Amino acid sequence: MRRIRVIPVLLMNQGKLEKTVKFKSPKYVGDPINAVRIFNEKEVDELVVLDIGASPLKKAPDFSKVREIAGECFMPLGYGGGIKSLDHASKLFHAGVEKVIINTAVVENPGLVEEIASRYGSQSVVVSIDYKKDLFGKEKVYVKGGRKKTGKNVLEYALEAEKAGAGEIILNSIERDGTFESYDIEMLKRLCPKLNIPVVACGGAGKLSHFKEAVSNGGASAVSAGSLFVFKGIHRAVLINYPDQKMLAEKVFMPLSKEGVTIKLNRTWNQQT
Amino acid sequence: MEHITIIDYGLGNLLSIQNMLKRLGVSSIITSDPKEIANAQKMILPGVGHFAKGMENIHSRGLKPVLDELALEQKIPVLGICLGMQLLCEHSEEGDADGLGWIKGNTVKFDMTKLASHHKVPHMGWNEVIQKKPSNLFEGYAEVPRYYFVHSYHMVCDKEEDVLATTMHGYEVVCAVENGNIMGTQFHPEKSHRFGMKLLTNFSSKLQEKEVNSI
Repeated sequence: MRRIRVIPVLLMNQGKLEKTVKFKSPKYVGDPINAVRIFNEKEVDELVVLDIGASPLKKAPDFSKVREIAGECFMPLGYGGGIKSLDHASKLFHAGVEKVIINTAVVENPGLVEEIASRYGSQSVVVSIDYKKDLFGKEKVYVKGGRKKTGKNVLEYALEAEKAGAGEIILNSIERDGTFESYDIEMLKRLCPKLNIPVVACGGAGKLSHFKEAVSNGGASAVSAGSLFVFKGIHRAVLINYPDQKMLAEKVFMPLSKEGVTIKLNRTWNQQT
Repeated sequence: MEHITIIDYGLGNLLSIQNMLKRLGVSSIITSDPKEIANAQKMILPGVGHFAKGMENIHSRGLKPVLDELALEQKIPVLGICLGMQLLCEHSEEGDADGLGWIKGNTVKFDMTKLASHHKVPHMGWNEVIQKKPSNLFEGYAEVPRYYFVHSYHMVCDKEEDVLATTMHGYEVVCAVENGNIMGTQFHPEKSHRFGMKLLTNFSSKLQEKEVNSI
């Protein structure tokens, strides 16, 4: 059976969990440690914690908070938010994080991704790409929590990240954040075949069939979601949840396994570890 | 006091292993001091990163003689995890370096020509394992265990009897080895919640049995 990773993304702001819609209107959804404990019990594949307050407020990661979260995580943990230097990354790895997620620093500190990858291996560096369409319908990359426009095209940006040594891309549609309306399949379709590294779809997941769609139609290697795993129902009542393995197998893994993709690609070798 | 010695050779997320052992009620120390390591009753060789760099660190810290003594002479139980398992073999293509040589075989890159487009490298994510021989490590599982993997290289064993388990990523690759007291997993038990806890519990209790037997 083909398994894909299904990853909850938690947004932290000054030590509290929040969830946004289109990167705006943050709603308080609870305490991070409590949420991590619940996700632990639910045996999630992997967890991503993003401190959305760090970069906009020009703050370094809250290492003691991260250490506390990592101590409760018996699954892989990715952390992003305020990482500006190799020293920040090192401290995070020592705090128990498996992957550091770089967003704003890709632009502000070119060379950082390469630096971390060559020291800790590509598998430990993730580049997250937040994007939305401009007036002409072209997808452009944003940093600083969607506040700052870079003017760069998503595809070129992703290829540069791969070349620099990123082991994975989280592709996050700002316009679909918190909408439940489905992932941006068109963008995934254009991006995923061009990259050798895994792409994690993010933004817009509303039901399990969206996971399958992102992988079989979009070409994503893994899927992630925020609202879907912290809210229940149309009124967005806070309830930490995660589908059980039986449900995932039935709705996602088995249908994917039946497709039997056999296309082979000639790819260059550029990974470590 | 009874504990597991986690070997710190400067690579990898050691805290994750200690966190899980703590949860399991097993005490452990993280150390890079050869004198402290010499007292180990059981050890875990962790590691994430570059093979050649890992071996270089082991040599530069003067750890090779003490590790050899523990594994080959005293025959204390050893569990290599991820890069730590790869280091058990004789040689790796990653950095063209020699390993500890405790398990006959080599570490090679994933063969890209055998992979379909959705088989990305690194092999990153959860996968089920196929057990190849009986082992205490895999005892007591009610269902096929799945574990978290992240690697771009994999081991190829010279001797089939050393292969404890395999997994499928495009093709069948060795993901666990066992030869007497020397064991290794390519996957990360410390990041594989209940399945990993079971394996680390088995590793810890296996050692206790050995101690009982030797009395």
